[in-house]
Amino acid sequence: MNSFDYVILIICMGAVTYLPRMLPLVVLSSRRLPAWFTEWLELIPVAILSALIAPTLLASAEPRTFCLGKPELLAAAPTLLFALKTRSLAGTVIVGMICYWGLKLMV
Amino acid sequence: MMLKSDMSKINVQKGLAAAWPICLGFFPIGLSLGVLAQKVGLAPWQMALMSLLVFAGGSQFIAVAMIGSGASITAIVTTTFMVNLRHLLMSSAMAVHFQGISKCFLALFAYGVTDESFSVNMARFNQGNWNRHSALVVNQTTNAIWFFSTVAGCYVGQFIPAGSFGIDYALTGMFICLLVFQLRGTVFVISALIAALCSVLAYLWLPGNTYVIVSSCLAATAGFAIKRLMHHRKQTL
Repeated sequence: MNSFDYVILIICMGAVTYLPRMLPLVVLSSRRLPAWFTEWLELIPVAILSALIAPTLLASAEPRTFCLGKPELLAAAPTLLFALKTRSLAGTVIVGMICYWGLKLMV
Repeated sequence: MMLKSDMSKINVQKGLAAAWPICLGFFPIGLSLGVLAQKVGLAPWQMALMSLLVFAGGSQFIAVAMIGSGASITAIVTTTFMVNLRHLLMSSAMAVHFQGISKCFLALFAYGVTDESFSVNMARFNQGNWNRHSALVVNQTTNAIWFFSTVAGCYVGQFIPAGSFGIDYALTGMFICLLVFQLRGTVFVISALIAALCSVLAYLWLPGNTYVIVSSCLAATAGFAIKRLMHHRKQTL
């Protein structure tokens, strides 16, 4: 790919990435949202987080298969407990890293 | 009374304090993207341009791999669009906290909306004591780290051993804790469980990244229905 094509590619990639990030913020923030919609939106963060994490813990990539016993899942148990107990973000990140590192060394 | 400059200094400090777990996670991922980019023949300026104008980790990895395999511009742009469409949902959910804010600010803020900055900012907004200026600092700081780590990866990445200190787990650990912050009642726990189940199933059956959007929409809708149902029951009892 030559430099000109590359710049065109990046501009297009940038546009299709930016628009979905920008439009809802600009459009929705300037009007009153119906109550049912805000209630629905309130559940979106918890759903997105869970949806982002679950396949990392419970499935392997290439090929995509269901998989119990990944080190990611084993490390998630103490990490989750620590997060529930302490509610400390910094602590949880570090505990998670240590558990995962330890498990990786053992395997 | 606090001076305006003091206030903005506090906003910046709060933003930086919130951003560091993201930075910790972005750094090794950015480095490895840089290494990959260098392997498929991209120059550091090309990596820099991509990280600056696109700023979306997952889709950048895919794009670099597709460039390496000689895919067309149309194919790469379409894939990028599909992979990043989930931000539509995040921006919608964030709009609740930005009622009546100037469009210029939102246009700038939107640039830095990622899975990670979204999750951190939403957790902080829910805890209270958080404002849009600190939120913008989170977005811009994580963007800067991303930019520098991807470019640095083009130069030095191959010298750094993969998986050092379990740093690959930094973002997963962060997401787990942010998920805990979001569990603010029974309905939230139920929604999280439904989302996890749907997401694994969708991950196995649907191509690409669509599993995030599909499962979170399903789970939020199910959670909403359950909430209304519980409310209705309470009223009729």
